[in-house]
Amino acid sequence: MAADRISLAHGGGGGLSRSLVEEVFAAYFENPILRQMDDAAELPVSGRRLAFTTDSFVVDPLFFPGGDIGKIAVCGTVNDLSVKGAVPRWISAAFILEEGLEISLLRRIAASMRAAADEAGVSIVTGDTKVVEKGKADKIFITTSGVGEIPDGTDVSAANVREGDVLIISGPLGAHGAAVMNARHSLGIKSGIESDCAPLNRVAAAVLQCGQVHAMRDLTRGGLAAALNEISAASNCEIELDEALVPVTPDVSAACALLGLDPLYIANEGRLAAFVPAAAAPRALADMRAQRYGESAAIGGLVLSKGKAGVRLKTRAGGLRVLRMPEGEQLPRIC
Amino acid sequence: MSGFELQDAALAAKISAALAREAAGLGRAVSLMEVCGTHTMAIARHGLRRLLPPNIRLLSGPGCPVCVSAQGDIDRAVEISRLPGVITASFGDMLRVRGTRLGLDGARSAGADVRVVYSPSDAVAIARQNPGKNIVFIGAGFETTAPAIAAAALAAQEENLCNFFVLPLLKLVPPALRAILSDKSAKIDGFLLPGHVSAVIGVAPYRLLESEYKIPSVIAGFEPVEILHAVTRLAAKIKAGDASVENAYRRAVPDEGNPAALELLYKVFEPADVSWRAIGKLPGSGLMFRAAYGKFDAAQKFNIPEMESAEPPGCLCGAVLTGRALPPDCGLFGKECTPADAVGPCMVSSEGSCAAWYNYGG
Amino acid sequence: MCLAVPGLVIKLSGSQAEVDFGGGAVRAASVQFVPQAKIGDYVLVHAGCAIQIVRREDALETLNLLKEIYG
Repeated sequence: MAADRISLAHGGGGGLSRSLVEEVFAAYFENPILRQMDDAAELPVSGRRLAFTTDSFVVDPLFFPGGDIGKIAVCGTVNDLSVKGAVPRWISAAFILEEGLEISLLRRIAASMRAAADEAGVSIVTGDTKVVEKGKADKIFITTSGVGEIPDGTDVSAANVREGDVLIISGPLGAHGAAVMNARHSLGIKSGIESDCAPLNRVAAAVLQCGQVHAMRDLTRGGLAAALNEISAASNCEIELDEALVPVTPDVSAACALLGLDPLYIANEGRLAAFVPAAAAPRALADMRAQRYGESAAIGGLVLSKGKAGVRLKTRAGGLRVLRMPEGEQLPRIC
Repeated sequence: MSGFELQDAALAAKISAALAREAAGLGRAVSLMEVCGTHTMAIARHGLRRLLPPNIRLLSGPGCPVCVSAQGDIDRAVEISRLPGVITASFGDMLRVRGTRLGLDGARSAGADVRVVYSPSDAVAIARQNPGKNIVFIGAGFETTAPAIAAAALAAQEENLCNFFVLPLLKLVPPALRAILSDKSAKIDGFLLPGHVSAVIGVAPYRLLESEYKIPSVIAGFEPVEILHAVTRLAAKIKAGDASVENAYRRAVPDEGNPAALELLYKVFEPADVSWRAIGKLPGSGLMFRAAYGKFDAAQKFNIPEMESAEPPGCLCGAVLTGRALPPDCGLFGKECTPADAVGPCMVSSEGSCAAWYNYGG
Repeated sequence: MCLAVPGLVIKLSGSQAEVDFGGGAVRAASVQFVPQAKIGDYVLVHAGCAIQIVRREDALETLNLLKEIYG
């Protein structure tokens, strides 16, 4: 990483974000737990296995179709715990508030967080508030941390992925990114497109029932492409995604076509990817589909081989291309 | 129709097989230039190179409006964006191109009011909503986009808006084709022509390819089977010595293009000699406001004359844009120059050849 | 340079139209360059401007033609 200053691309969730974490934070914080670099850290506490995670939320606009910063703050942390195989239990919420922010807005966000927490079965048990002068924060920044319990016998980690494993995607991609981008840039697309923001604890628990889930990842910034590249790197395996099988709804597909975006690279806030052995896939898929937020789950690809990292896409037309780690924020384009 | 029929893998495979037969009959390697950045992207995105025979080489041409914007023009856009009281509106494509010091995104981080728009009319709306500011729309594009920009200026005039301006960076395709062919070191055996530019300009402007250069060309759509079909047609035409211009995108391109759009375009703009990145100044290759519409010209209004800025050292964009090099030939490719940290516009533009090669494997 | 997407004209008012690009994703577009466009027509839209009328059947025709040519 050659940069000497932080740029917006460092926050994009792609390769530059990862370099920042590895070369600055992980380099200084280095320890065996951190080295796993999963969505949640597993804590060795006598008699129990706990998962612990944290995430910060900065989103513009604060309210968008299908959600708001509060809802994603709770769901994001619930989901990071869930894809580690943990049952999410307790959340903390820290707020940095810009001077001048309307308290009525804050009430709406708090109400939204409570609703999301209730749905996920978690409690927000502690928190913090700081206020900074006008101009020093973009209205509100939220950091949530979460603790969950990992049931005995659960071993979910990117490193567990095996050759022949099947990739299951929990639902249609790109709705969150499309909804937020449309709102943020006032791009004028009128549609029912709503953020897919949702708590995935039940979807994750359902797929874990088969007892053979190797890895799961919460899809966020950088979309499915980022998640697959991360898993590929962590497990040193080659993954092939089949474009024709990846679920995308027609309205998101149309909005992406119009704006020149690719659903594989744009953010989701209520979708996960799971890797299971081929024999377990039919049951895992059925279990996922029986859950709210997993109704449209689909098999999207498989692990080709172990020993070499990489993600490739078999295109609808029968072509083949590399699916790289996305860099920086996707922007609408006309060309 | 679900919308994906023209991506049909079985049909693509059949066309690919037919292409392989045509190509085998050529008995030599041929280079085809696809002029349009959207074609570059489509070929890369759909992984179509895998469906081409080894003796057919596809080169990307100067059809990426971001990539061909001269460094000096990027610097002018950035300078304007940093003026007090200015709101800069731009297509997303332009935002990350590095100027000599900053790009528009850098200017935004430093406090400039830079906004992404989908349509030039959105910029007019911003002008309407912000009477106390000057709105400058960065007018990059080819003939597909020029009519929309002309219409935006006229709409601003209709509404008596005095705060809407355009920095005209518009370019024309046929003069670029001439420039490419005037350099004999680029051996191009055929052209894949831009389908949507053609929807505006029609077929006639490309006839010079036959009459002056005897090189075959096919106007192509953007779906995988349409692109494969166009490449197959080019191979057949090369073999037959048929240098005519063929329209393989009739569903969107009438032979005459869109006369209403062209009329409006040339009412507001006139051809001018403009600078293309790494190619230099080409006569009649760009569009400037006619005198009657000079009041919309941001360069005039803010007194920002043309700038000549040096290309970044080591950057091979110029050769890549003119088909004389492939992205991996550049010493910076994938090392100092990646999409996250791009040196030249071919890497940062979403449809630049280098970005396509890097992101999709070429 | 050429990202243009076909959509269905669902509303028309002078030279402004509402166009459905699929699945209910609707956006305003100018139809001043395709004045003959009617509600129910498909138009090709680039940067908020319709640049051609494209008949839906034409895409199907293209498909069938290619299927015929290439077997």
